[in-house]
Parts: sequence; C-alpha cells; structure tokens
Amino acid sequence: MSTVDLFNAFLFIAYPYIAGFVFLLGTIYRYRETGFKVSSLSSQFLEGDALFWGIVPFHIGLLVLFFGHLSAFLFPQLTLAWNAEPLRLIILESTGFIFAVSTLFSLIFLLYRRLTNPRIRAVTTTMDYVIELLLLVQVFFGCWVAVAFRWGSSWFAADLTPYLWSLLTFTPDTTAVYALPWQIKVHIVGAFTILLMVPFTRLIHFLVAPLHYIFRPYQQVMWNWDRKGIRDPRTAWSAARPKNN
Amino acid sequence: MDVRSQVSMVFHLDKCIGCHTCSIACKNIWTDRKGAEYMWWNNVETKPGTGYPTKWEDQRIYKGGWERTGDGVALKGAGKRRGLTNIFHNPNLPVIDDYYEPFTYKYLDLIESPAGDDQPTARPISMITGEPMDIKMGPNWDDDLSGTPDYARNDPNLEALSPAEREAMFQLERMAFFYLPRICNHCLNPACVASCPSGAIYKRGEDGIVLINQEVCRGWRMCVTACPYKKSYYNWATGKSEKCILCYPRLEAGYAPACMHSCVGRIRYLGVMLYDAERIERVASSPTEDLVENQLGMILDPFDPEVILAAKANGIADSTIHAAQNSPTYKFVKKWKLALPLHPEFRTLPMLFYVPPLLPVMASVKPVDNEQQAEKMHEIAKYWPDNWLYDTSTKDLWGTLDQVRMPLKYMASLFSAGDTEQVKDRLKKLMAVRVHRRHTTVGDIDAEQAQRALFEADLTAELADEIYYLTSLAKFNDRFVIPAAHREQAIEMLEFAGDVKGSTGFGFKSGSATRGS
Repeated sequence: MSTVDLFNAFLFIAYPYIAGFVFLLGTIYRYRETGFKVSSLSSQFLEGDALFWGIVPFHIGLLVLFFGHLSAFLFPQLTLAWNAEPLRLIILESTGFIFAVSTLFSLIFLLYRRLTNPRIRAVTTTMDYVIELLLLVQVFFGCWVAVAFRWGSSWFAADLTPYLWSLLTFTPDTTAVYALPWQIKVHIVGAFTILLMVPFTRLIHFLVAPLHYIFRPYQQVMWNWDRKGIRDPRTAWSAARPKNN
Repeated sequence: MDVRSQVSMVFHLDKCIGCHTCSIACKNIWTDRKGAEYMWWNNVETKPGTGYPTKWEDQRIYKGGWERTGDGVALKGAGKRRGLTNIFHNPNLPVIDDYYEPFTYKYLDLIESPAGDDQPTARPISMITGEPMDIKMGPNWDDDLSGTPDYARNDPNLEALSPAEREAMFQLERMAFFYLPRICNHCLNPACVASCPSGAIYKRGEDGIVLINQEVCRGWRMCVTACPYKKSYYNWATGKSEKCILCYPRLEAGYAPACMHSCVGRIRYLGVMLYDAERIERVASSPTEDLVENQLGMILDPFDPEVILAAKANGIADSTIHAAQNSPTYKFVKKWKLALPLHPEFRTLPMLFYVPPLLPVMASVKPVDNEQQAEKMHEIAKYWPDNWLYDTSTKDLWGTLDQVRMPLKYMASLFSAGDTEQVKDRLKKLMAVRVHRRHTTVGDIDAEQAQRALFEADLTAELADEIYYLTSLAKFNDRFVIPAAHREQAIEMLEFAGDVKGSTGFGFKSGSATRGS
C-alpha cells in the first residue's frame, strides 16, 4: 500500500468512524454530565437587529442543504429519477445553489458581526470561531463543487450514497471516492470534521430542537409527590419500591 | 373541583416608601452574578413612570401575555406556531438596552493612578465588554421622576386618560406619585410556562411557585417575550433564562422570602390560598370586564367543609389547609376585597395582589388664606407667602373620590383592566377604616359619620378593626403564614425511608468524610 493509499484509507475509512464515534460518545457524555451546557448561547439579547439578517437565512439555508443531502442519501433512486428530466435537474440544482450562496453570505455577515460588535465579542469563545470558520470553508467548497463539477445531486446519489451506506454497514467501499477531485474530497472530510466537532461546540443545540413542544399541553404542573396517594394511609412507607437497599 | 394550594402575596401600596431594600435583599442573594447584573427579580417602580424594562406594560411593543380568541385564549407573541417559526430570531425579544447596560466603575484608578495635576476619576465601565461607557440608563433610573416628559408622561397607563386629564395630573401643585414594587406573580395561567419550547418552566403543584429548570432550559428565550410583566430574564452569559423563585429554599424552611422579610414598610404579606384549578382556562378567557370578579371567584373559602374535603382528596396537608384559613392574603383579597391583581387584562391570573394606594389619590392641594396664620409667627420665622394647603382631611368622604389627584381611571388601568368601580370600592374601604379609626383614637369625627362611612363601604366596626390590625400592627407571624413544605413526605414517596432508620451510628461504614480532605 502506497502512502497515498494509506492516507486515503485514513481519510475515508478511519476518520469517518473516529468522527462518528466521538460524536456519539461526546454528545451522550455532554448531555448526561453537563446538561446545563446543551444549548447554543444566543446573542440576540445583546444585539438583535443585525442578527436577523444573518441568522434567519443562515439557518434556513443550512436546513435546506442538510435535508437536500439527506434526501439524496436516503432516496438515491428517486433523486436520479427526478434528475432524468433536464428542467427538473436544473430546478433542483439551482435551488440548492441559491440556498448555499445565501448560507455563505449570511455566515460571512455573522462572522463580521461577531468580530466587530464588542458586546458579541465578549460572549464569544474560541470554539465559536472554530466552528464558524469550519462551516464557512465547508459551504465555500460546497459552492465550488456545485459550480465546477455538475451535476452534484446526480453523482452524489450514484457515487457517494453507496459509499456512505458502505460505511454505515461496516463494509467500507471507497473505490468511487478515491477517484473524485480534491475539492470534493475536502468537502467530504469537512463534513466528518463538523460531525466530530458537534459535542465540543454550540452545534450541539440542533440535537435538542424543541419539536416535542408541538405535542405537549401548554401548561405544565409538576408534583413532588403523588398527590392522590399521599393522604392514603396505605401509601405510607410502601408506595415506592425501596431503592436504597 | 380540583383544589390546589397557591402561595400568594399581597403588597399594600399605601405603606410602600420606595426604599428599594427589597430589591437589594434579592439582588444580594440571587442575581449578583455575571450575566445577571441587569436583572432585578424584585424591582420598585415609580408610578406614573415607564418602569423596567422601559414601557413593559405596552404589549404592542413586547407582545406579552394572552389574548382572547373567540372562545379561548392564545399567547400574543409566542406559542407553538409563533414560537417555533421564530425560533432562530424572536422578533419580540427585548434587548439589554430596554433594561440597561450593567456598569461598574474603575475604582482602582482612584488609588493606583500616577501622581498628576488632576484628581484621578473612576470611569464607568461596561460589565459586558469591560470597556469605558457612557451610562444611558441604570437601575431605578426613573425613580421619583413623576411629571417628567421622558418618564412619567410616557407611562402606557396614561392612554386611559384624556389629554386634559393628563395635563391636570401633571400640574405642579397636583402632581403625585406612588411606588409599585414588582416580583414574579407566580400566575395561575403562566404565559412563560406555556411559551417554553423546551418544557423547562413549570408550576410546582404543591405551592404553585413557577420555576425554570436550568438543566432543561435551552435558551430559546420565548418566556422573556411571553411574560407580560417581563419577570423572566435572559442571562446573556449562561444563555439560560432566570426568574424569581419566591426564595423557595427559604419558604421550605419556614422563612419569608428575602424581599418580604427585609421590607422596611412591612407592606408585604404572604399566605396560602386554595383555588379551583378546573376553572383556570374558563376564568382566563372571560370577558375583560369580568376578569377580576372571576379570578376572585375561583379562590375558594378554606372554611367551607366541601372545599376542605376536596382539598384533602387532592393530597393537601391539614397544615396547609390550616395555613389557608389563617392566610393574610385570603383576608385582603377575598374576605375584605381590599386587594386587586396587577394588569388582570394580561390574562395570566397573577397571584400577587396590590392594595391600591389611597394617599396619592385622596390628598389634594386647596387654596387657603394663610394671612392670619402668618401674623402669629415670630418676625424672624421663615415665611413663604403662599396660599396652598396640602389637604388630607376626610370630611368630604366620597365626594372627593371622583375629583382625586391621581385619576381613578389611571388606577383602574393598572389594577382592574379599566373598571373604576373596582378601584373605587377598595379606596372607599380604606377610607372608611381611616374614618373609623380617627373616630376611635382622635375623636374629632362623630360616631354617626364614622358609622355612615363604614356602612357605605360595606364594612362593620369589627372588620374595620381587623383590617386596621393587619395593616398597622401585624407582627411577623401575622404577615407571613407559611405552610409547612412537607418535603419529608415527598422523600417517602421516592424511597423507603425505613431502610435508613437505625443505620446511623450502627453497623458498617464504608468510607468516612474527613475534614480538609
């Protein structure tokens, strides 16, 4: 095995597993041990008006891109079938590209706001800069790939989906990946790096998106004790199974 | 009937001297931390004034509280649809400048500056950035500033008055103000709880205290918008929201909350009230004019055998029922009908009630002839040739209530969603107690007049004396009737306490704590 092969094997076989492993263990550890920290520090309270123009297109753009990649990963045949018609292909690709560019620009704007507003700088950690730059590089390469190597939605479904599935089923098959241009390789490694960084950065907040809010009643009352049983003489001493013996 | 117990509060505004001791007691214990410097879980506002945060009462700006929608109520600026669609950027979130930017001074410069021609100064620096700053606003920035164009005249409650009435109110000779101390109302229909996407905010079943679980809070900041009283605060350093906890660790140990314990004017009362939780939604969505009456209606009589039975069935302890029967808040709110909730139109059913202030309302300035009085003075006595008298006489009884200095409409905008009769009713009673006590102690009001005052206010001499006692003479244990927390029972529900019985001092020990290790 040549050095290049070894390097490729590390980047596209070992590294994804390391990233996934760290992501899984790290998030579980962070959630269980430091539940207080499982959120993203909002700076809207310190500066709200400029934030709107960055944070909204950023989040919407990123969500569209994420679900775009996810659908090509989950439904490759459907994606290919959709792209069979040139018009539909162009609609899909240009939609993705518009959101990518808006994400890119809003990221630059958010970084600018963070660097120039002294109040925001006061609540910024090194990891905030790290993850912001990482996302910036990732989206930049994504845009580059979209322009230079058309049509990504089709070859992603044809080449990368089998690769990702092979990783998931622990039978790594990297033949298609090795042949890809370096820009795409950077984009792939970047994706795993972001996954790796989730437990160490504010990115963790996407895992606690409050979707359960939709299903819960508005008012919440919590009781320290079982109020229906507490005055019942039969409840005393024995309602709960002894836990401390 | 779903009987629950609620720790409720009454603030007697006639007794508040605006000293801010409550705010300091609270600040020293709870909010003297990074990110919390700007928070005043307890604050005292001057009314008329814009308050803290600026104009918090104007829900066209802050979109707090509930609004009526057909047959029910919905959150004005939060809720499931609005909250989740605005999750990236909440358009109705106040920013720190609506409160004030916290600051300190570079005191060290005073002693460490090199010798020079000028006195060293301690420059103000921001507690967020650490940079020098110009102070634009601070805690109690509008303290005692009634009549000022920037503060008093921007009071949202003045919208209830005509321009002429407003002008009359701010005439120099008639100008008055009073203090409005505010803490979390620990509402029965809390908007903060309903707005929390994470489900971190909850109402404690046993005593109704509303709390934010800091481990579950993810900092979506919807509660800050939803609370119409702006009593949920975002900590910009930790990224979590915080609010008044009614000093529950003190309450559970039988102490009064720090703000109440330290109150110099002894204006604060705390006690348990039993209420019917089944009626919460119905009462919260009642027509605006019925809100006060309906809220008082859902507070149950703790002496009613049926209520006691239902309370016991719901697991409420005998000691709590006993505390409800002795509760000073029940007396003020329900028995004597002397207290009103603050801004009931926000529909959160607040459980902090206020006895509206009589003094700024009743006292008037009358033109009088001071010539005769002046002639009696020694020639070196300082003498102002004015003809005004600050008149607090009670001769006119209700005649003056309609031409008072602080218009009733203003008071009604604060305490009864615009219903002046409710406020008038309370003020009449306060006045009658005064007249009655004046008759008893000073004797310059005859018995017939005192009787008439009591009769018109729907009081008896005994009730008036009771009110007088709890208002003026009440001792610590009369003002704070704190129910036992019964945490021992809560623990027994979770684990078998019998297992530990007898283990202390006997048997085996695995490891032991040593000092200093």
